[in-house]
Amino acid sequence: MSSNRTIVTEADPIFGRLTLDSIPYDDPIIMTTFTVVAIGGLGLAGSILYFGKLKYLWEEWFTSVDHKKIGIMYVIVAMIMLFRGFSDALLMRSQQAVAVASESGAGYLPPEHYDQIFTAHGVIMIFFVAMPLVVGLMNIVVPLQIGARDVAFPFLNSLSFWLFVSGALLMNISLFVGEFAATGWLAYPPLSGIEYSPWVGVDYWLWALQISGIGTLLTGVNFVVTILRMRAPGMTLMKMPVFTWTSFCANVLIVVAFPILTVSLTLLTLDRYIGTHFFTGDMGGNQMMYVNLIWAWGHPEVYILILPAFGVFSEITATFSRKRLFGYTSLIWATICIMVMSFVVWLHHFFTMGAGANVNAFFGVATMIISIPTGVKIFNWLFTMYKGQVEFSAPMWWTVSFFLTFTIGGMTGVMLAIPAADFVLHNSLFLVAHFHNVIIGGSLFGYFAGITYWWPKATGFSLDETLGKWACGLWTVGFFMAFMPLYILGFMGMTRRLNYYDNPVWNNWLLVAGAGALIVLCAIAVQFYQMFASIRDQKSNRDWTGDPWNARTLEWATSSPPPFYNFALLPEVRDRDHWTDMKELGLAYKKPSKYQRIHMPKNTWAGIVIGGISLVLGFAMVWWIWWLAILSGVAMLGAWIIYAFQDDKDYYVEVDQIEAVENKHFSNLGRVGESVTEDLESDAVTISV
Amino acid sequence: MGTPRVGYTGYIEKELHHDYGGDTVFGFWIYILSDCVLFATLFAVFAVLQNNFAGTIEARDLFELDYVLAETGLLLTSSFTFGLAVLSANHKSMRGLVGWLMVTFGLGAGFLYMEINEFIHFTHEGAAAWSSGAWSGFYALIGTHGLHVFAGMLWMLVLFGLLFKEGLSENNIVRLMCLSLFWHFLDIIWICVFSFVYLMGVL
Repeated sequence: MSSNRTIVTEADPIFGRLTLDSIPYDDPIIMTTFTVVAIGGLGLAGSILYFGKLKYLWEEWFTSVDHKKIGIMYVIVAMIMLFRGFSDALLMRSQQAVAVASESGAGYLPPEHYDQIFTAHGVIMIFFVAMPLVVGLMNIVVPLQIGARDVAFPFLNSLSFWLFVSGALLMNISLFVGEFAATGWLAYPPLSGIEYSPWVGVDYWLWALQISGIGTLLTGVNFVVTILRMRAPGMTLMKMPVFTWTSFCANVLIVVAFPILTVSLTLLTLDRYIGTHFFTGDMGGNQMMYVNLIWAWGHPEVYILILPAFGVFSEITATFSRKRLFGYTSLIWATICIMVMSFVVWLHHFFTMGAGANVNAFFGVATMIISIPTGVKIFNWLFTMYKGQVEFSAPMWWTVSFFLTFTIGGMTGVMLAIPAADFVLHNSLFLVAHFHNVIIGGSLFGYFAGITYWWPKATGFSLDETLGKWACGLWTVGFFMAFMPLYILGFMGMTRRLNYYDNPVWNNWLLVAGAGALIVLCAIAVQFYQMFASIRDQKSNRDWTGDPWNARTLEWATSSPPPFYNFALLPEVRDRDHWTDMKELGLAYKKPSKYQRIHMPKNTWAGIVIGGISLVLGFAMVWWIWWLAILSGVAMLGAWIIYAFQDDKDYYVEVDQIEAVENKHFSNLGRVGESVTEDLESDAVTISV
Repeated sequence: MGTPRVGYTGYIEKELHHDYGGDTVFGFWIYILSDCVLFATLFAVFAVLQNNFAGTIEARDLFELDYVLAETGLLLTSSFTFGLAVLSANHKSMRGLVGWLMVTFGLGAGFLYMEINEFIHFTHEGAAAWSSGAWSGFYALIGTHGLHVFAGMLWMLVLFGLLFKEGLSENNIVRLMCLSLFWHFLDIIWICVFSFVYLMGVL
């Protein structure tokens, strides 16, 4: 912790400002965590070596450019980070449950540790849980939904993933070497300036976000090109599945918004490293400019997180209502409206900064208007369910829970959009309740729904339905119990980010919130158990058809898991719900008469190597180890140049190999027997639990 | 959706060759778009801070338009010579291509030399990146542009190697097209820099 540690301001030529004293030996919480992580990590590494799996992992996963595998790796990393981010949440909830006292030092977390925890919680949940879940789902699903064999730039996709992993690792290293930022997740200056945060915490924040942010930017470019140029013949824009549409809008937002993050981070870095005056309080710096810049990125960012979730709900509602989506066109235009409008509402994050009544009025009204297209979508889904044969499977549970939760969160958002009300509610727990209400009840439930829905497509076997419903139920109850009290506490005047408080009346509600967090803990435990149990029982959960839900869109037309080339023959699309169209025409599950060879990208070392070196670069920059920073920067460039000079980046899959794979799939179809084919036609496929 | 055409199977029988080069060039356009946003942000930062000299020497006392005009001339000419390089590539003239690219590289190097010279001069006069908000904004914008020019020159060196290795291959033409987009884009950014930073700075 910075308080009792020597802060080195003169960099050593070899070790920069890194000393043995940088490791927080004296903090029992951190050292226990470190021991557990070290033992777990060594155990994992040891078992990989013991079972001789390293070669397999390297060849099949780490160097893979297959969008499906990259997507699965994103989801795995996100779930691990969810574990850490949620641990932080539990620490905060338990601290506030016990920290009623009249002076600092109450509870069990000292202030400087508590401040790092709420910062880490926000950063992890947004950048290293929500973002990878979005990007992971897009990776798994989008190329399949548009009938493509991979993304447009497979190597860049791999590089994006490894840059993201490097950012996540750098962020986790800060737990054991040095400290993390204690500034709140967006690190406003002057607190994040060198004067008030003199040690490495903010630098870890800057470099972790910079590295993973560049990875995200590359993803954005990649998916915009993929969706615009690689759709199957016949799939016009207005025949694209909704998830692809919402992913497209999210990626346009990434391309347009993330450069602003890059610049904001770079300028703050310059302020801290070479003493420029962008955001300083003196010599002509402008602190309010930072807040404007970071939210000009930050507001589109929340739509990057929510739009794909809307797409997930659209697919699920249509599938499980056994109907075409109601009002496809209006839903798409609503998405586009939100995409555009997300750039004209950023100021509502700081109404109290003093921009003036007229400016506040404009942004307040713009914010209220953006709720209209969002409301349109809710009605799209409700009318899709109306008079449908709704089947309440686990993905549908998440969806219905989302309707309820998200609508409440949206309405409290409109309350906050009234500048006069915001002056009262700003910086209070009401705000904390609001954004958790939309991010958990909107985005996160969407990703969980999507993971449940597409799990069989990605892995070839289904998740356990009953456990899935338990997870959803516990999450919903836990969420309401944990966050509704925060709305009340906000009205009672409790501000956010408090390490202790002296108002005993708040304590009861904080105890309720703490109990809610424990229920969420149970929900997460059920989720992990659900995955474990489903993997263990995968023989009985197998999806032989490729279409376990009797779904509508193109990704279900291929086997589960799909062959590495996705589709042996490229689909020719004439309907929005291409797969339903095929089933109705009786063309589904028909073996084509002949195949032709397929052009595919080869795996490459370059993504993981360049991404890995970026971790060294980030670490060296954090600790001012200049020689290592220069060396790793040159090494990254060199690796890229070597890759550019490399021939042999692609190859052809020959017809006999395709035939072997496809024949296996068609004989597997036989394994479910005639009864399943009949069931498919009578709309009554259920997943056995 | 009505009855399908005769012989519709849901799959296309004969797959056409996919235009991978087209993907790359289009993707590069998208990247340029994001780079535009990056520069737009830096221009906005510059605009917010441009009068915050906080007692340090002011821009109008330092800017020398003649000098910047010469710099501009070098960069604009380099864009023209890059165009000639692309024309040579279209005529399959390796000699022309490499020759004009070398001229472009030289002009870019001249531009960078002048820019760094200016930075050193300004710093000596008391206008360093860390002097005041206005100067921080100036160096961030001009420096980012300069860094892009430097990256473009590195890219040219790599392209020389690739041309030496593969000649006028399909891949190299695509690379040349992307680099050409990049280089002309930097020209356009510089025209904005010249107008908004230097011209308006002395007015």
